[in-house]
Amino acid sequence: MLGKVKQLITFYEEVLSMPHRQEIARELRNEDDMFLLLLYSEMLGIPNPVYYYTLELYPYMMENYHEWHLRMGMEKSPMTGFRCC
Amino acid sequence: MNAILVALIGIVIFALGYRYYSKFVAEKIFRLDPNYVTPAHRYKDGVDFVPTNKFILWGHHFTSVAGAAPIVGPAIALYWGWLPAFLWVILGTVFAAGVHDFGTLALSVRNKGQSVGTIAEKLIGKRGKILFLFIILTLVLMVNAVFAWVIANLFITYPSSVLPVFIQIPLAIWIGYAVYKRNVKMLVPSLIALVIMYVAAILSADIAFLQIDLVAYMGGEDGTGLFGLSTVSTAFLIWIIILMIYVYIASTLPVWKLLQPRDFINSHQLVVGLGILYLGLLFTNPQITAPLTNPKPDISWLPLLFITIACGAISGFHGLVSSGTSSKQLNNETDARFVGYFGAVGEGILALISILAVATLFASTADFNAAYASFNQANAGGLGNFVEGAAVLAGGLGISANISTTIVSIIVVSFAATTLDTAVRLMRYIIAEIGAEYKVNVLTKPHVATSVAVLSSTALVLIPEGPNGFGSGGYLIWPLFGTANQLLAGISLLLISIWLKRLGRNYAYTLIPMIFLMFMTLYALFQQVLFEWSWVGSNSNTLLFVLGAIIFVFAAWIALTSFQALTGKFDQSIKDD
Repeated sequence: MLGKVKQLITFYEEVLSMPHRQEIARELRNEDDMFLLLLYSEMLGIPNPVYYYTLELYPYMMENYHEWHLRMGMEKSPMTGFRCC
Repeated sequence: MNAILVALIGIVIFALGYRYYSKFVAEKIFRLDPNYVTPAHRYKDGVDFVPTNKFILWGHHFTSVAGAAPIVGPAIALYWGWLPAFLWVILGTVFAAGVHDFGTLALSVRNKGQSVGTIAEKLIGKRGKILFLFIILTLVLMVNAVFAWVIANLFITYPSSVLPVFIQIPLAIWIGYAVYKRNVKMLVPSLIALVIMYVAAILSADIAFLQIDLVAYMGGEDGTGLFGLSTVSTAFLIWIIILMIYVYIASTLPVWKLLQPRDFINSHQLVVGLGILYLGLLFTNPQITAPLTNPKPDISWLPLLFITIACGAISGFHGLVSSGTSSKQLNNETDARFVGYFGAVGEGILALISILAVATLFASTADFNAAYASFNQANAGGLGNFVEGAAVLAGGLGISANISTTIVSIIVVSFAATTLDTAVRLMRYIIAEIGAEYKVNVLTKPHVATSVAVLSSTALVLIPEGPNGFGSGGYLIWPLFGTANQLLAGISLLLISIWLKRLGRNYAYTLIPMIFLMFMTLYALFQQVLFEWSWVGSNSNTLLFVLGAIIFVFAAWIALTSFQALTGKFDQSIKDD
């Protein structure tokens, strides 16, 4: 019985938090996109004095970058410098 | 007749509809495939496309679609007697709303989770999409005006509900902050908020000092108002201005700050409200005193009944939710039946209790007839009657009349306010989209679009003409709101039919409710525009005439365009994924 009540409460909590979880994920995704832009703005023609250093993150960002261009509706990487797929 | 029996009949029909009819539609018409990779899996991004458990998705879907409209419409429609309203809610839900909500979900799932607006472009071309956008725009404009009117009137009639409703705003902001910034789980804070609101309701129900009664502040109904208006009109004006300032802010803030936490509190209110009303019905075991049918109505039920009960039986708004968010989160295609069809049934259950609350309110049929003497009277008093009727049912649980009226009016105001927030936000997006379409760049700016949305809604609700004098706008346009809403539902059903036809399936099950709905809506619109609001009409009104005529032209146009698409003369095919 107690187990069923707990299950019901968990269900109710999930219903409530679904749109909220989405909103948090959206904000985080926007922040990530912004971060990506800050790191590799040089590739878009925006001068970036620390580009030399941010380039070191390149292997770590590959996965994120690939997800980003797919999300933006581009099957292949739009930048020649970035070879992710 | 015994109200519990009527409720039982209704619920049994809903259950049979879900068990058999929806199963038939799912298997034979939409042919749901458990192996189909839904957009939630195919485009899984952790944000919009997230595979979700069907029960959770249903809960979310139901709380998004259930609002004040399934309460207001049936409460007014009782004018024609309880049977027509009951039949339309039950049969409409089973054969029209269920198929509509379920169909838009299935259509969207098979089209990358896109919204009905975008799918309209694919099915009936770009012109169809723009017409669609305009109809949605007119609909949300009316939603804003009607719900602002509903809230302002409830604030004036039940001043004890003002404080609890206003307390909800800081509480919602606090929840948003706690959950979002402090990573607190939301169930406990939102329950605390609800308790605080209801404590405020209990206190303000009995303590006059806590009731924000603008009319009493100005010396009662015979006192002096501002600008030569009566005190009631002045109070109405003040509430509308406050509400519009509020929605401006609420619709431009990020959703997590106010809109979402308010939704969380209101989801509890939906559960509490439905629980109180159905339990109250069981405990009070009331008799229906409303007549079965109205023998001599001053306005015929045909076709007005079908646009007066706008939500509750079928609603175009549900299609926007189905294809907007729910379709992107469907874990398995076969879940569409539970989420879509059963979501419509949930709304039907809300409309059913609204009918029963009003039908059992009056001591005798003579009392009912006095309160519902004319359609105008039913229109103006329907909502108040629901609040009173629901309070009587709540009284069965031992809650005092003052407290229960306050709590019921808070529930209605909260539903209406959330719809208002969302509708203004939606209107802002549509204005921006139309601005982008026609290259009017200034309209794409959030504050310009919001200003246009808020100012036009305010202007509409403050129309001074009409039987209620100042502020008759919202009251007069309720039928127009119903029309636009039903029209949207009709168009969505049409899109589903076109899609089914192109797939070579039997589309009669969506086409028949579509024809019925479109016919009733266009018939009602034609009758009102020409015989009521035009210069030769009985109730001549330029604004309503213009608004009604615009909707009529759009509706006729889109119906013709779609007819072309349906008969296969439109040279554009749709690929099913």
